[in-house]
Amino acid sequence: MSVPLLEVRNLECFYGPVMALRGVSLDVPEGKTVAVLGGNGAGKTTLLRTVSGIMDPEKGEVLLSGVPIAGIEPDRIVRSGLVHVPEGREVFPLLSVEENLEMGAYTRRDGGVSEDAAAVFDYFPVLRERLRQPAGTLSGGEQQMLAIARALMARPRIMLLDEPSLGLSPVMVRDIFAIIRRLKEERGVTMLLVEQNATMALDVADFGYVLENGQIALDGPAERLKRNADIREFYLGARTVSPRGDRRWKRRKTWRS
Amino acid sequence: MEILQLIVSGLANGSVYGLIALGFVLIYKATEQVNFAQGDMMMLGAFIALGLGNDSQLGAPFWLACAGAILAMAAIGWTLERAVLRHLFGQPQIAAMMLTIALGFLLRFVAGAIWGHDPLALENPVAGKTLRLGGTVLGLDEVATIAVTVLLTGLLYLFFRRTRLGVAMQASSQNQLAAYCMGIPVRRVHGLIWALAGATAAVAGILFASKGSIDPGTGFLGIKAFAAAVIGGFGSLPGALAGGLIVGLIEPFASRYLATGYAPIVPYAVMLLVLVVRPHGIFAQVHAKKV
Repeated sequence: MSVPLLEVRNLECFYGPVMALRGVSLDVPEGKTVAVLGGNGAGKTTLLRTVSGIMDPEKGEVLLSGVPIAGIEPDRIVRSGLVHVPEGREVFPLLSVEENLEMGAYTRRDGGVSEDAAAVFDYFPVLRERLRQPAGTLSGGEQQMLAIARALMARPRIMLLDEPSLGLSPVMVRDIFAIIRRLKEERGVTMLLVEQNATMALDVADFGYVLENGQIALDGPAERLKRNADIREFYLGARTVSPRGDRRWKRRKTWRS
Repeated sequence: MEILQLIVSGLANGSVYGLIALGFVLIYKATEQVNFAQGDMMMLGAFIALGLGNDSQLGAPFWLACAGAILAMAAIGWTLERAVLRHLFGQPQIAAMMLTIALGFLLRFVAGAIWGHDPLALENPVAGKTLRLGGTVLGLDEVATIAVTVLLTGLLYLFFRRTRLGVAMQASSQNQLAAYCMGIPVRRVHGLIWALAGATAAVAGILFASKGSIDPGTGFLGIKAFAAAVIGGFGSLPGALAGGLIVGLIEPFASRYLATGYAPIVPYAVMLLVLVVRPHGIFAQVHAKKV
């Protein structure tokens, strides 16, 4: 097998004395979408921030096409083709939609930027209508679209998406995921997707990891994870009923018992 | 027309306050640090121009001295960020505040040691000349100050709106996390912001020293400019300039029409009033993030 586009090896990360990542390893192959699931505080956001260089890891390696990128400045990581869409629709509120998109292409010096903008509007037509409007006046869903569109402007080899569904209406979540699926299928964008909405994430992903307490508790192809009983109960909300007819009410505390 | 003279001299002083306030706001918006040495950087910029240009000193041509002072202050601003302020990144704001206050004392001491503590005037082509407008006599130095400020404001406006770097500076001050994620070199941008604040301070200093005189204590003007920045809405560049002009305009009228001794209070009283009525200042860009 060829080298995965992104490899994370034994990543350890601290917030002061608190260990947020306890030796996480994962692979994202070229052209695939990999989902990382997990509850609040599992370390999902920390994982993405460390990969994109916003936080420095204590230990471990991050390799982009085999080249180590852990601990280097975020702007150099973006230049090498990895773009992070942070959680919570982080747009530049007082800049116009157009200027936000220009900032997405900040690291690029080639002439293809306006071409890419046209392609981006094909996916997010609403942004074309809002071109001159300050990004802070967009609705939540539009801001999330802008954040993804802005990242695409960097023409990334891999995109990290942190909770794109956070705080959006169910309809908007469906729309966003439909766009993510199109990006994957039509443009072959490689994605590392962090989500609490496991149903949506596993539908679009090829492979999944479950992160718990800063460790990978479970991994496997998305299809298999979807059928996994624990995932079904704890992340997909399915009720499991035991042969005796009573519901399992005492949850397993962790995945590694 | 006496009123016109008061207005022009008020606007000229206000321009200087506005430019210092602009430096406060530039740095605050980008780094969330308040540079209390901004007034002293203005003073140092004036002294460098004077040291290069005055006949008793190096005697370089006026324009060359100005360019030298602006470049030197940009370099000093950049170096300060690089060598000192960068290490306070992520520390409580009070640390940077204390540090810049100390820096102000240091700059005053250095200037005093080199150029002495007596007021000196910057020799310049417009000093003492007048402009006759109808029946009114205006100081050419004051008119030039206003003109230079308008020009600099226009340039800064174009820089922030039209250039990639300018927009990136706005972007990283509005949302630092997103700026990092988009590959904007945030730290380098901070260094450049300090350089820009230093250059602006130098221009303010040159203007101030051209229409009066300068001594190391002039740096305390920074406090008045700080009040101006607060009136305008700390965090808004047009607000900083407007705040400066407001304070500048208040002063000559207050000293003309109020009893002696009360005039210096007025700008600060206005600041209190503004804070009570509009806590974010007149031109505040308040943006509540949608959650």
